Amino acid sequence: MTRREGVQLLALLASFVVAGYAGVRLLTGSVIGTGTWFVGSAVVHDLVLFPLYAGIDAALVVLLHRRPGLATVAGVRWLNYLRVPAMVAGLLLLVWSPLILRVSEGTYHAASGLSAQPFLGRWIAVTAVLFAISAATLAARVATRRGSQRVGP
Amino acid sequence: MTALDRWADRVAEHPPPGPFRRGFWRSPLRGPWFTAVLSVALLPGITLMFLTGLASYAAYNPNLAPGNDTTPDKGLLGSWLPGWPAGPSWLYWVNQGVHVTLGLVLIPIVLAKLWSVLPKLFEWPPARSITHLIERASLLLLVGGAVFELVTGVMNIQYYYAWPFGFYQAHYYGAWVFIAAFVVHVAFRLRIMVGALRGRSLRAELRTPVSQTVAEQPDPDHLVSADPAPATISRRGALGMVAAGSLTLFGLSVGQAIGGATRSTALLAPRGQNMGTGPADFQVNKTAADAGIAPVGDGWRLELKGPAATSLSRDQLLALTQHTARLPIACVEGWSTGVQTWTGVRLADLAAMVGAAPDTNLFVESLQRGPGFGSATLSAGQVQAPDALLALRVNGADLTADHGFPARIVVPALPGVQNTKWVTRLTFLPATV
Repeated sequence: MTRREGVQLLALLASFVVAGYAGVRLLTGSVIGTGTWFVGSAVVHDLVLFPLYAGIDAALVVLLHRRPGLATVAGVRWLNYLRVPAMVAGLLLLVWSPLILRVSEGTYHAASGLSAQPFLGRWIAVTAVLFAISAATLAARVATRRGSQRVGP
Repeated sequence: MTALDRWADRVAEHPPPGPFRRGFWRSPLRGPWFTAVLSVALLPGITLMFLTGLASYAAYNPNLAPGNDTTPDKGLLGSWLPGWPAGPSWLYWVNQGVHVTLGLVLIPIVLAKLWSVLPKLFEWPPARSITHLIERASLLLLVGGAVFELVTGVMNIQYYYAWPFGFYQAHYYGAWVFIAAFVVHVAFRLRIMVGALRGRSLRAELRTPVSQTVAEQPDPDHLVSADPAPATISRRGALGMVAAGSLTLFGLSVGQAIGGATRSTALLAPRGQNMGTGPADFQVNKTAADAGIAPVGDGWRLELKGPAATSLSRDQLLALTQHTARLPIACVEGWSTGVQTWTGVRLADLAAMVGAAPDTNLFVESLQRGPGFGSATLSAGQVQAPDALLALRVNGADLTADHGFPARIVVPALPGVQNTKWVTRLTFLPATV
């Protein structure tokens, strides 16, 4: 073992002492329940969320690769004009899903006196605006490109 | 070479199919520079998250009285924290606004960072040495801790308590597990991050279109794809997408922290709904119905305990010297009421009335039924603060039931939930008790 490896090992062990001290307290009450949430949230990211979004994206990329005619509108590749609003809308749904899907409606109302009813409509409206902005940007790109082609070399 | 070594070599040379093979990972964007750019945003962001979280924990004054302490077994993880001051009035407001809003902003950056290093999860062989195995276990605490903190925080601000643990304990102890792994991670990787950032020019990278985007130079950590596919997005585009996610989350939630006219911009945040324009139309933490508060009639009397105990009706309280303070109430969940105009009796005046010394703490009890913050202990410093009130009125009108009628506590910089509503008894205790 090199000196550097030795220092690294010592630092890791010190870190485990602190994590263990906190971890024992974290797991008090429900070892399996809390442990499942701790490990499970990372596992769900790595083995569910990532394969889901990367898989959808990869399928789209492969489709456009095989059908190149589909991939452009007036010579402009539109893939990223779909990716960006879809990613942002998906992110908003991921973060705010308890309110958007109204799964925490009861506790939300008890605490705030408010209804979770508006959130789905608001998310749909925000999503529509995101796609509209992206579509307008794409249209502007297409128009600029056509304009510059008309002027010609 | 022993048979075991030979077997280990054989395993190492034959990874299982799929993500365990290096050819599986084909994005030309993955590489040390891309990961380092995300890290350089996360390093100050996560540090600020930890510090504001620790401050919020201290703000509950857990060491003042057992009733304030949601984590009585904290030991060295908090028994050393100082008491919380009664001002400036925006202290807790800003702290929690930053903690929660920044936490939301960091989510896309954390997701992008995990995307950028995901091939490492499937590296083969799973462990090259004992040190390597221990380092990977530490990474489980790092990634598990980060995701756990984000998930519990995001669920808590939406009142989605789908877990088998208490939020305060889980989020606090989880933060310590995470930060222990985070500190060694930063210590080990800081040089790699700085080196990677120096290896490419950010300015040049931000000018490179998709057509000229190629993989970084092969790196010893194998983040760079061994068989990169043609780029479908530039690094500029990918970082821009992450930034768009962060900015959207920020723009659609910061209004609930600031309050006032900006609240209606917080379209997707839990407290982005406007309540109306009346004097009592501002955000409520716990409704009277939820707290089991029956309508309070003329029979209500405030019990005051101290050297010269007494009790007062609401009319008698209104006949005492009234003080008005413009204060926000800020919740641990990152939203605030914005500044409201509270009128009532100074807590310091009530302490003097019962003959309590100025170094006396105050134990506040509510009519509230059921679990969770039906009482709180305030420090002598908080009791003596000029703007610390037993409020009877807000914005020129009597308190409503949801805002704590007949009387509630309002103290500058106090976490929202300790501004006890529906107060029934105030007990002034010598600080040593």
